[in-house]
Amino acid sequence: MSFDDDAYGALTDHDDDARWAYGTGFADPLAGVPTAVPGDLDRACLAAYCLMLGDDALVMSHRLQQWVTRAPELEDELAIANIGLDLLGQARLLLGRAGEVEGAGRDEDALAYLRDAGEFRNVRLAERGDADFAHLVARLLVFSCWRLPLLDRLTASRDPVLAAIGAKGVKEVTYHREYAAQWVVRLGDGTDDSHRRMRAAIDAVWPAVGELFETHQVEARLAAAGVAVDPALLRPEFDEAMSQVLAAATLSKPMDATEAGPSGRDGAHGPELGEILAEMQELARAMPGGVW
Amino acid sequence: MSAADVVATVTDPELPMVTLAELGIVREVRETVDGVVVAITPTYSGCPAMEAIRDDIVRALRDAGFGRAAVRTQLSPAWTTDWISESGKAKLAAAGIVPPGAAPRRTTGPVPLVLGTRAESVACPLCGHAETERISAFSATACRELRRCPACREPFEHMKEI
Repeated sequence: MSFDDDAYGALTDHDDDARWAYGTGFADPLAGVPTAVPGDLDRACLAAYCLMLGDDALVMSHRLQQWVTRAPELEDELAIANIGLDLLGQARLLLGRAGEVEGAGRDEDALAYLRDAGEFRNVRLAERGDADFAHLVARLLVFSCWRLPLLDRLTASRDPVLAAIGAKGVKEVTYHREYAAQWVVRLGDGTDDSHRRMRAAIDAVWPAVGELFETHQVEARLAAAGVAVDPALLRPEFDEAMSQVLAAATLSKPMDATEAGPSGRDGAHGPELGEILAEMQELARAMPGGVW
Repeated sequence: MSAADVVATVTDPELPMVTLAELGIVREVRETVDGVVVAITPTYSGCPAMEAIRDDIVRALRDAGFGRAAVRTQLSPAWTTDWISESGKAKLAAAGIVPPGAAPRRTTGPVPLVLGTRAESVACPLCGHAETERISAFSATACRELRRCPACREPFEHMKEI
C-alpha cells in the first residue's frame, strides 16, 4: 500500500508494533544507571523533588511551544522549538523518575496529563505568559541562568538517575542560556524602542526571581542527604551571569522584590497555569486512556 | 551476522547518510537468552528521533532473524560529538554538513557564558573561506547550527561540538 493510495492505511500498514508517531503511551527504559532508590532515602520526598524539576521543564516547554508560528524570524522559530523540545525531554525523564520512585502506578503521561494545577510543583516563573518577544527572552534568560548551575550540581547527586539527567541537561541549557542572553543584549543594546521594551521585560520578570532561590523543605531534606541541590546556593552564579548579560545589554539590574504569597513548589499557582493545563491536557482528559 | 553487525547497518532517520554506530550513539549490543538488548545514547534529551531509531533497530534485528529485541536509553555518560567516527564525519562533510571539531572540555567552576561569537572558526564547505558566521545556534535538528559564509554568501549547516 502506498501513501498515494491510502494515506491512513499506509501509516498503519505494518506487521510489528512500531508506530508512525509517538505522543503518549510509550516509555524509554533506561540502561547504564542503577534505577534502585538509595536505601536510606524517603521515596515520597524524592518523588516530590523529581516532580518539582520535571514540572519546571514541562510548563516552561509548553510556554515555549506557544511561540512556535509566532516567532519574529524562522531561525528563532527553530531555536525556540528546539529549546522547548530539550526541556520536554528533561521533563519526560524527570516525571518518569518521579512516577517510578513514587511507586503508585503513575507514569509520565499520567503525571503530565491527569494532575490538576494545585498538584503541579513548578516555580511560578515557568508558567508566566509573555507579553512580547522581549518578555520571552527575559524569562528564558532568568530560567536558564538558574537551571544551568542547578543541573550542573545535580550531576553529583546520590540518585544516579538524577545525576545522569543533570549531566545530559547541562549541555542543553548552556545553549538555551546563550540564545536568550544574545537576544537580551541585542535588544537592550539596540534601538531606543528595543531598549525600552527589553528594560520593561526585565523589570516585569524580576519579581519572580526571589522564589527560585527559596529552599523548600523537600529540597532542604534531600540536599542534606546529598541528593538534591539547595537552590539558595545558586544565587551567586545566577547573579554573576545576569550581571554579565545586563551590563552588555546596557540595562541595570532591578531591585529585588519577591512576589508575596505561597510558592509554586507548594502548588500555589496563578490562573496562567490553569490556562496552560486546559490546553495541554484537553485531549488526554477528553479521551481517557487514549494513546496518540 | 551477529546482532552487533545488524545494528551497525541501521542508519540515523534524520541524518540518513550515517549509521547509528558512526554517529556514536550505540553503546552496547548484547545477545541474551531473552533476546537482544541494545543500549543507545540520545544526542539531546528531547531528541524526537529516538523512538524511530528504536523501531528501526528492532525491525532490522527481526528481519535478520533475531526474535526479540529491546532498546534501552543510556543517559550517562552523556553523548558527545567526539564519539562520531572518522567515517561518520567524512559522510557528513560529503553531505554538506560541516562535521564537529573537538568538543569543549570544562574542568571545574561555572559553565562559562559566551556572549559574542563562539571562538571556534568553521571554514565554509563551499568556497573554503576560513571564517564564517553563525546565523542560529539551532537548525533543522538540535544537534546542528546554521552558519553563513561572508565570502560566497551561502548558508550551510555545522554539527555543534557538545
